[in-house]
Amino acid sequence: MKTLYTVLDHPATKWVFIVFALVMPLASLLTWAERRQSAMMQDRLGPNRAAPTFAPWLKLKGILHFVADAIKMISKEDFIPGNVHRGLFTLAPLLAIGPVLVAFAIIPFGPTIYPHALDGTLDPLALAQDPGGKDFLDSIRMQVASFDYGLIFYFAVLTLANYGGTLAGWASYNKWALLGGLRSSSQMMSYEVAMGLSLMGCFLLVGSLEPGYIVTAGASSKLSPSNPLNWLWLWQFPALILFTTASIAETKRAPFDIPEGEPEIIGYFVEYSGLRWGLFFLAEFIEIVFVAAVITTVFFGGWQVPFLDGDGFRFGGYMVETNGQLVSTGGFVLKVPHALVSALQVGAFGLKVILVCWFQLLVRWTLPRFRADQLMNLGWKLLLPLALAWTMVSALFKLAAMYFGWV
Amino acid sequence: MGASTDGGHGHGGHGDAEPGDAAAGPTVISVSKVSPRVRTIAVVRPTEHDVTYLEATRKGLGVTLRHFMKNFFGRRRPAEALARGEVVTAKSFIPWNEIETIQYPEERTHYPERFRGLHRLMQRDDGTVRCVACMCCPTVCPANCITIIPAEIDEHGVEKAPALFEIDELRCVVCGLCVEACPCDAIRMDSGMHAKPVEERGHAIMTREMLLGVSGEAGKDPKSTATQGGEGPAWRE
Repeated sequence: MKTLYTVLDHPATKWVFIVFALVMPLASLLTWAERRQSAMMQDRLGPNRAAPTFAPWLKLKGILHFVADAIKMISKEDFIPGNVHRGLFTLAPLLAIGPVLVAFAIIPFGPTIYPHALDGTLDPLALAQDPGGKDFLDSIRMQVASFDYGLIFYFAVLTLANYGGTLAGWASYNKWALLGGLRSSSQMMSYEVAMGLSLMGCFLLVGSLEPGYIVTAGASSKLSPSNPLNWLWLWQFPALILFTTASIAETKRAPFDIPEGEPEIIGYFVEYSGLRWGLFFLAEFIEIVFVAAVITTVFFGGWQVPFLDGDGFRFGGYMVETNGQLVSTGGFVLKVPHALVSALQVGAFGLKVILVCWFQLLVRWTLPRFRADQLMNLGWKLLLPLALAWTMVSALFKLAAMYFGWV
Repeated sequence: MGASTDGGHGHGGHGDAEPGDAAAGPTVISVSKVSPRVRTIAVVRPTEHDVTYLEATRKGLGVTLRHFMKNFFGRRRPAEALARGEVVTAKSFIPWNEIETIQYPEERTHYPERFRGLHRLMQRDDGTVRCVACMCCPTVCPANCITIIPAEIDEHGVEKAPALFEIDELRCVVCGLCVEACPCDAIRMDSGMHAKPVEERGHAIMTREMLLGVSGEAGKDPKSTATQGGEGPAWRE
């Protein structure tokens, strides 16, 4: 059993789990959801007919369209134009998709599971007092890697993804693709600054860059981290708007789709076809899932279910510090087994991610594209100063809160 | 986007002006003494009143969200009502959605009488093709999609008939000029059918026999009411 828990707790296992159980299915389904949702917003039905030839009745509201898309992309001709730089042409789609998959390492997608306590109810107080107790000997942390520099890692790795677009444009030997690549890199540079700065207030308030810590700590130590009022959306609402705007720009989708501009201005992957193009396409949707995961983790309490603590649903009660850990005690408690708590919390994370994805699609199909000058104005003259100002406000708030003992 | 919802009238109160403003007209600053029709007017340019785009975004999200919710949770209107463009009244508390899409192969809407569909070749009373290979239709065809090779015959006093009559449905622009040009009602586009999807370009070329068979598929009378030689009522009446 010991070996099993070690294997389950291994980063590789967790990475495979998060990529193949959460990211890939969600990204594939998003290709269908985007078309259906946009159709619903425009009084249409959208794709709803794809079905296998042996079972034409199996339509499932068109979900199988993503399978049809995949088969089409794999079986299509993979055309490489003459004069392209073959090495970089091949590398670019991988550079677009690789960093996003790596960045998922920092996302906590569930609570820490204690296998020995799975048959009963977890006692958070006992866990805080004696983390080496027999129930807590083995643990499976539902986060691939918890770095102290967590979200900085995300900014650093996502910067690499820009090379995907820029190199694709450069390697294609096509002037329009090159211009698209340039637009892509200029947009990414403009918005990464604002994106990083917009989260500074959150880091100041929580006192950590580590997403797992942000989820388990919450904004205030006087409320349970599972209390929705303790999640950062309330305390850092301007940061939520700034970060959402900047991160939608990072995913290069409408209203910030100047790099691609598929129908009108030609984008950086114009020379790509078949599965290589499919990789760019998939990378875009994985980025949506990733941005949704970051927004969920930082602003909406990550895997926390409202009012669900480690031992069950708790209403009322207060926070006690035991051995450096904050544990909520007292109040009305509805005991829930550890296994069910873990399942609910992982499910809550998935649900929140899906909801944020849905919101991103809603924005994408509502707003028309920005002009290049509007884009730069918004990034440099509005988001950046506002993010700086909000960082200052957050810092002053934190200072006052520390002085007066508010949080 | 979102630059100006209060807009203002651009040039001289027409074009993009609001209905109320159009009646009032533009603000006149001065009128020329020589010619009273020459006036200097105040031009109202749209102002960037919301640089954050937040107000416009909120408004837009409200519109799309309303449509999404209505279409996501509402019931679909019955296909017959949709096909007739009819507004039905809800009998339950779940409202109708606003989706106008008709599930094409299963549900069909009514095509107008003059809808130009797949070509068909008409037959005489004895079943032979009415076409006399006069070459009017390939001459008038703007897409050069009709190929006719005439042959000499001697039946019913007719001396010519097409040995080969082919229409490339991929090249056809469905303009209907061939039907207009035909002097003896041999070619029509009233089948109400769409050109069939094909996997190879060559399969989109319809031969004489295929064109003669379209009438049967479309359930139309393959024989024209017009009489040969221009006697009797014209078929268009």
